[in-house]
Amino acid sequence: MTILKNHDTKGVAFVDDAKLTARHVNVFYGDKQAIFDVSLDVGANEVIALIGPSGCGKSTFLRCLNRMNDTIDRCQVQGDILLDGEPIYDGSMDVVPLRARVGMVFQKPNPFPKSIYDNVAYGPRLHGLATTRVELDAIVEYSLQRAGLWNEVKDRLDAPGTGLSGGQQQRLCIARTIAVDPEVILMDEPCSALDPIATAKIEELIDELRENYTIAIVTHSMQQAARVSQRTAYFHMGQLVEVNPTEQMFTTPEHTLTEAYITGRFG
Amino acid sequence: MTDSSLSTRQKVERSLARRRATETRFHALGFMAVLFGLLSVVVLFGDILLKGSSTFRQTVIVTDIHLDAQFLGLTPRSKEAHIRRADFEGLIRQQLHAAMPTMTEDEARELHRLISIGAAWQLSDWVVENPQHLNQTIRFELLADHLVDQWFKHDRRKGISQRLSDVQLSWLHEWADSGQMYTRFNRLFFTHGDSQEPELAGVRGAMMGTFLTLMVTLVLSFPIGIATAIYLEQFAPARQWINLVEININNLAAVPSITFGLLGLAIFINLFGVTRSTPLIGGLVLTLMALPTIIISARAAIKSVPLSIQEAAYGLGASKVQVVFHHVLPLALPGMLTGTILAMAQALGATAPLLLIGMVAFVVDVPNAISDPSTVLPVQIFLWADSPERAFIERTSGAILVLLGFLISMNTLAVLLRQRIERRR
Amino acid sequence: MNDSTLFIVIVLTFIGVYRLGRNRAQALAMAGTRLHSLPSHYGVLLAMWAGLPVLITLLLWRLLEPTLVDAMILRQLPETVRAGSDAQVQLAISMVRNIAAGAALATPDGFESSVSHVIALQARMVLLQAGVLLAVALFGLAVCWYRFTPNQAARTDVERMVRVLLLCSSAVAVLTTVGILASVLYESWLFFGMVSPLEFLFGTHWSPQISLRDEQTGSSASFGAVPLFAGTLMIAMIAMLIAVPVGLMAAIYLSEYATDSVRNMAKPTLEVLAGIPSIVYGFFALLTVAPLIRELGTALGVSVSSASALAVGVVMGIMIIPFISSLSDDVLNAVPQSLRDGSDALGATRNETIRQVVVPAALPGIVAAIMLAFSRAIGETMIVTMAAGMVANLSANPLDSVTTVTAQMVSLLVGDQAFDSPKTLAAFALGLVLFITTLALNYVAVNMVKKYREHYD
Ligand SMILES: Nc1ncnc2c1ncn2[C@@H]1O[C@H](COP(=O)(O)OP(=O)(O)O)[C@@H](O)[C@H]1O
Ligand SMILES: [Mg+2]
Repeated sequence: MTILKNHDTKGVAFVDDAKLTARHVNVFYGDKQAIFDVSLDVGANEVIALIGPSGCGKSTFLRCLNRMNDTIDRCQVQGDILLDGEPIYDGSMDVVPLRARVGMVFQKPNPFPKSIYDNVAYGPRLHGLATTRVELDAIVEYSLQRAGLWNEVKDRLDAPGTGLSGGQQQRLCIARTIAVDPEVILMDEPCSALDPIATAKIEELIDELRENYTIAIVTHSMQQAARVSQRTAYFHMGQLVEVNPTEQMFTTPEHTLTEAYITGRFG
Repeated sequence: MTDSSLSTRQKVERSLARRRATETRFHALGFMAVLFGLLSVVVLFGDILLKGSSTFRQTVIVTDIHLDAQFLGLTPRSKEAHIRRADFEGLIRQQLHAAMPTMTEDEARELHRLISIGAAWQLSDWVVENPQHLNQTIRFELLADHLVDQWFKHDRRKGISQRLSDVQLSWLHEWADSGQMYTRFNRLFFTHGDSQEPELAGVRGAMMGTFLTLMVTLVLSFPIGIATAIYLEQFAPARQWINLVEININNLAAVPSITFGLLGLAIFINLFGVTRSTPLIGGLVLTLMALPTIIISARAAIKSVPLSIQEAAYGLGASKVQVVFHHVLPLALPGMLTGTILAMAQALGATAPLLLIGMVAFVVDVPNAISDPSTVLPVQIFLWADSPERAFIERTSGAILVLLGFLISMNTLAVLLRQRIERRR
Repeated sequence: MNDSTLFIVIVLTFIGVYRLGRNRAQALAMAGTRLHSLPSHYGVLLAMWAGLPVLITLLLWRLLEPTLVDAMILRQLPETVRAGSDAQVQLAISMVRNIAAGAALATPDGFESSVSHVIALQARMVLLQAGVLLAVALFGLAVCWYRFTPNQAARTDVERMVRVLLLCSSAVAVLTTVGILASVLYESWLFFGMVSPLEFLFGTHWSPQISLRDEQTGSSASFGAVPLFAGTLMIAMIAMLIAVPVGLMAAIYLSEYATDSVRNMAKPTLEVLAGIPSIVYGFFALLTVAPLIRELGTALGVSVSSASALAVGVVMGIMIIPFISSLSDDVLNAVPQSLRDGSDALGATRNETIRQVVVPAALPGIVAAIMLAFSRAIGETMIVTMAAGMVANLSANPLDSVTTVTAQMVSLLVGDQAFDSPKTLAAFALGLVLFITTLALNYVAVNMVKKYREHYD
């Protein structure tokens, strides 16, 4: 296996209508560096997939994009990340509105121990998005519908969210994110804890969401990347090795590491 | 989505000011809660230190005493018992009187009241030790009465006085100004048992009582606790028995301590006829109280012994009992000791159950055996706190400081032991 | 022979017998005999055969001796005394014992024969005891000695005995609960034979002292415990009003906001509050807080009792803070990080996450912690005994003096007790109520915590 030496990313890391722009990002956990000089654009209304062997820093990079890494004391982020041209690690940027604009769905479904309704209404209530109960009801219904969950739960909105099946829980978490009306949705292996049928539903959903939202999804399944994304970024040991349109990446990878990964020689 | 003139971003921005203020308030509230807790510690300790630290100084009045053998009816060869029966009180009275010949009878009485009755005992003790000084003049530190002691230590600088007459005050000022009256370390506090006279009351008896009681507790609760833990962790055949014992241990850990006193009273004293007010009965009751703590910590210590060590021993053909006693127990022992020290610290502070089994007696003699009537340090505190005398309040605080001193040492020991265990891992 | 000498003698004998058995087995092993077990096993076995019967005999002796001696004293007492009431007879017996032990100075007329008899008796008893113990020890020793063969399974025997000893130890905890239950139930039963349970539970007048004047006018003590229950609840409530917000907020601050260095300093310092004996808090309440609150009240023109429930409650609250904070800290830390992440990712501020996600998720655990703390507050004895009132007022004003269940238990049982008087027995009835209440609270709380942990594990 070739050891990665140069930091040059193969392929096309930059786009014209960038929603999120990352430049020379380095991330450290204490003394240990997890991300090495990564530069990448996420275009508006596209789905970009982040792939790579486990431990290569996909989650770490994703969590930089809405400053979720702030919650880890020892984590330090260097470099520039811009949302619509605004630097998000700037002192003047408040994480609260940032995270309202850049939502996140996690690997393991994590509904709050509240009713389905309250799970979805949680964000709008925090941010004061609805002034009346009617408005709030509308937001909840819309979000659940966008997440494809409305028909399954509309009769039991008062039931606890934790009582749903795994796939439903994950769609509830997506609905919860949509309810805040974000611009970007980050997804960290959203299907890894789900069965194939639930996975298919979520993948379908991601495809639909693309028209309104910019989506960055971490996945370790190449098939999933192929099915849902337009562009794919391949990470290896904290470095961004290659970024290309998904089809091209899976047919004619530029970098030998990418090829090795895609053909299943490691992962 | 909803028809509102504001975009989502604007709505979020609009809510920010209020939410940041709430965040600041919440943060401040949390900080204040911690601060309140920490301040409580400081105030509690400060208050008791302030009230109690002066206990460790005792006021004395140094005077020349002519050991008039004729007055005392003694010769240098007198026996100890004879010396002790001599009228040292009269001697002190006479000598004080001699220094101020113009005094009236009433004044003499007032003067004498400034000296503790303990002064005569101390003088007789001294003469027993040094009979060769009979008929010589010695400088002797006369123990001051507690009123004088309080006045000298607290009131003099403030210019107030309690229960002292003008003429008494004038003498006191004179002694204080001439340097005849001063304070020195209050050794008596650590060498005497209880007394009605505050200046003669000490914690020696209570300390011995506590020591004996804790010894009984330790001797009983340590083996029983360890044995229970070993049985539950390594031998118990049935889950039901483990559960039953576990439930009982948890309940005993949560039950108010006074109920152990009820048990001691009804069963140990009333049914079995154990003598009340002794370290024996106190230790029996405290054993039952200490057991849950010891058992719980001992079980944790046994659990933390790596299974691989036990398996290795079994592999060599050792029996269960041998594995437990030769391999598990030595490794678990430091952890068990930590728990036991903490349990003893708890037992050291226990008061309520001991009140019920009669350890509230007024005990002057220092106990020497577990069957002697005795009291313990916290109960002594309880007894003294009840006295209206100001000097007893001071002594109560002093006794609390002694108690806290023991507690802090025991806890420090436990912490050090625990650190050693953790380093070894 | 006093107890410590006896103890040392027994321990030395144990060791001696152990060596005897071990040396014998060793000698055989040296001579080439194959032994079933290690020599030390034979030593332990011998020591157990000789020692255990001795310990059991000694225990029985100690239990039975007082009754026996009492009976013998009784026979020697003057006729006039024996004709008296039970209490008088008891008094006389204990006086004879005291005189015989040299505790009292003069022997009253008519008691000389019984006193000298007791002194003689005690001397004989000591000899008899030593003789019996020695005989028992030798008998055990002899039996074991003659049963000895090289292929005897000494190890199995020893290990079986060890198991039995361990089992007996583990039974102590169970027996203690049984003992507590039996004592409070039995004495309460006696009490309820004299006072109706309804009066006890619902009566509003509590004056357990039977004064002479009352007896003359025909009225006796009354045992309506409602003022005690009310006082206990009020003080415990005040304590919880302090301890719950402060303890909970402190736990939240330390686990969610504080830096490591602050946490490492503040947590052990708060724990110090839990390590201070309650007698110290009682003193603090009595001499510092109560006068302070009283003066504050006077300054504000409110009359405050010098033993106000408020002062007691505040100090008790301070004592309970670390209890709440460390229990809450545990449950807060058990809330999975993923829930916090979920809330944070939606743009919640830190307090929003804590208040709307973490605390609700931890609620069962927090409620359980509060229940345990409450149970501790109602069972707390020394603070109330020292600083609360002794008169049973039925009042809802926290500035008044109220009394509590535990304070009354102490005041009923300190000093002379008579197990045939409702005054003494009432304390056990109160103990029963206290025991049941705290047990119930504890049971519910522990189950809540268990369910909660299972939920997140
Ligand atoms: N909280 C953390 N503290 C320390 N190191 C971490 C932490 N999270 C992740 N890492 C390290 O950073 C590297 C990248 O992790 P991650 O981003 O989770 O990888 P991926 O999601 O691609 O599997 C790994 O080596 C991991 O050990
Ligand atoms: Mg990951």
